[in-house]
Amino acid sequence: MRALTWHGRHDVRVENAPDPEIVNPRDAIIEVTSTAICGSDLHLYDGVIPGVAKGDILGHEFMGRVVETGPKSTLQKGQRVVVPFTISCGSCFFCKASLYSACDNSNPVEKQDASEMLYGHAMSGLFGYSHLTGGYPGGQAEYVRVPFSDVGPIVVPDGVPDEQVLFLSDILPTGWMAAENCDIEPGDTVAVWGCGPVGLFAVQSALLMGAGKVIAIDHYPHRLDLARKLGAEVIDFKQTHVLEALMEMSGGLGPDAVIDAVGMESHGFAPDNLLDSAKQRFGMGADSAHALRMALMAVRKGGRVSVPGVYGGMADKFPLGALMEKGLQIRTGQTHVQRYTKELMHRIMEGEIDTTFLISHRLPLEEAARGYRNFHDQQNEWTKVVLTP
Amino acid sequence: MHRRKTDIVTVTGLAALAIGAAAVTRLMNETRNRPPDSAPGRTARQSRFGAYIVAGRTVTIDAPRDRIHAMWREPEQLARFMQDLRAVERGPGDRMTWVIATPGGDARIETRLVEDRHGEALAWRSVEGSDFDIEAKVQLRDAPAGRGTEVEAHVAWRPHWGMAGQWAAKLRRADPRTRGRHELKRLKMLLETGEIATNANQRNT
Ligand SMILES: NC(=O)c1ccc[n+]([C@@H]2O[C@H](COP(=O)([O-])OP(=O)(O)OC[C@H]3O[C@@H](n4cnc5c(N)ncnc54)[C@H](O)[C@@H]3O)[C@@H](O)[C@H]2O)c1
Ligand SMILES: [Zn+2]
Ligand SMILES: [Zn+2]
Repeated sequence: MRALTWHGRHDVRVENAPDPEIVNPRDAIIEVTSTAICGSDLHLYDGVIPGVAKGDILGHEFMGRVVETGPKSTLQKGQRVVVPFTISCGSCFFCKASLYSACDNSNPVEKQDASEMLYGHAMSGLFGYSHLTGGYPGGQAEYVRVPFSDVGPIVVPDGVPDEQVLFLSDILPTGWMAAENCDIEPGDTVAVWGCGPVGLFAVQSALLMGAGKVIAIDHYPHRLDLARKLGAEVIDFKQTHVLEALMEMSGGLGPDAVIDAVGMESHGFAPDNLLDSAKQRFGMGADSAHALRMALMAVRKGGRVSVPGVYGGMADKFPLGALMEKGLQIRTGQTHVQRYTKELMHRIMEGEIDTTFLISHRLPLEEAARGYRNFHDQQNEWTKVVLTP
Repeated sequence: MHRRKTDIVTVTGLAALAIGAAAVTRLMNETRNRPPDSAPGRTARQSRFGAYIVAGRTVTIDAPRDRIHAMWREPEQLARFMQDLRAVERGPGDRMTWVIATPGGDARIETRLVEDRHGEALAWRSVEGSDFDIEAKVQLRDAPAGRGTEVEAHVAWRPHWGMAGQWAAKLRRADPRTRGRHELKRLKMLLETGEIATNANQRNT
């Protein structure tokens, strides 16, 4: 089959790879019909996530048709499914508590050692990501082996176009969980850093959950425009002092809740950010936590902090004092996708959530490398890339 | 002038050393002579088990105690989660010979079952003439809040080729500590999901 593989910083290629087979009884093989490039893939593309190996197949947002099933799979050949990027067994302590990205049984045991060392505990397996999360071959490929296919994939009725449901695999549940983690009360003001796909879905979700005002922050005019169209007020951090503006726009109180939908590769020329990026470049394992620092400073006393943005290691100059003194609550994590797929599928069908507005480019899988380059270099116009094998 | 400076440096250096030494002595006294706490002995900062290395790990498995017990008593089941186990041969009485793949070739460990309390504990001890001098024990307890069973496994072994050999084994992830941890987790996967997670895309890799 053809698949997009990682070869190093800013080097991804579409190559031949062996077709996947059923390995475990609960597996299914999916023939991919649509797959997307995610902001998380950009962290791999930039080489700032540890544990990615040459030749790894990337991609964790995908859907397709079932072509083969193991004896314990509950799927049927021919069914169309969207596959969550979190691989979860469905029966461990964590899965039973709906903490799917913390599944104990999906990350191969040999892969758990390094993450235990780095994080204290190993997290679930993820498709097409790091070997810390299992090193599972991903979905930017013609075929994917899907473990625990009786738990994760959600069946899509015929007649519903791929693009309407593809984002159930990650970014829609991620934006939704980001907003849910804000415990929004009616009328709350919520500030969202980052108007990428995750930030945009967080804006939409926060409004659906009853936020009175959502303020979205970025520096790309087109992305800010998409946020505005969803109903957000916007701040361009290249033209405005973000902290000052947020205070003024929230009655001098500060936002009730803040969402960091930027993660470890924050943009901008703030001194802390430049230092972080330099260290990151030299492999010093530092996360660029500029957006999170700002969020912690901006949020009102006793406010809620939600962090869907991905971090992989350590951060310096972290405003711990603000976190403690202001009595903040902080919630984060790789999304527990399986917790949300059913409900969100329903909301899509009901027309409550628009999922297609952010797709800017559609490319054949063969041109995936170009997709990566532009999604990375031309973020203003390239807001989401969908690939078709 | 110049000499004076050196003296000052020397004096400050010695003072620092003295303070450092005092701190180390204080720390040693502080870690000794303490009333025992509730933690398992193998987690002690300074522990001595003679010529043996002791390692252990606890996992919670969502399965009843007797089911887990049975897994450890069945050679066919053992082979499913002990990946380096090439064969188990039943000997006379409670004797068993475990053939284990190691980086240095196959090792044969003949053991006696020294403890077998159903649903509670199992222990094996190697007999004279085995390739390894080792004792292994599995203890089963009900986990709180209906979470299943806490399975605690520990191994005590006399390392071949001293500490250097121990480090070499560790680097190749072939030491009993790493193996034991992996085996427990595989057992958990097997019992909770019916399979062992792998990222392999092909059956024979
Ligand atoms: N928790 C999860 O499960 C999960 C899932 C998917 C993605 N993510 C993470 O969410 C983050 C966003 O993903 P995405 O797909 O939207 O990525 P993206 O790269 O498309 O978007 C990030 C946006 O943040 C903006 N930004 C950068 N620095 C900023 C700053 N200092 N202030 C405000 N905005 C800033 C960028 O201009 C860009 O528009 C990434 O870290 C990604 O890894 C997490
Ligand atoms: Zn993603
Ligand atoms: Zn699980």
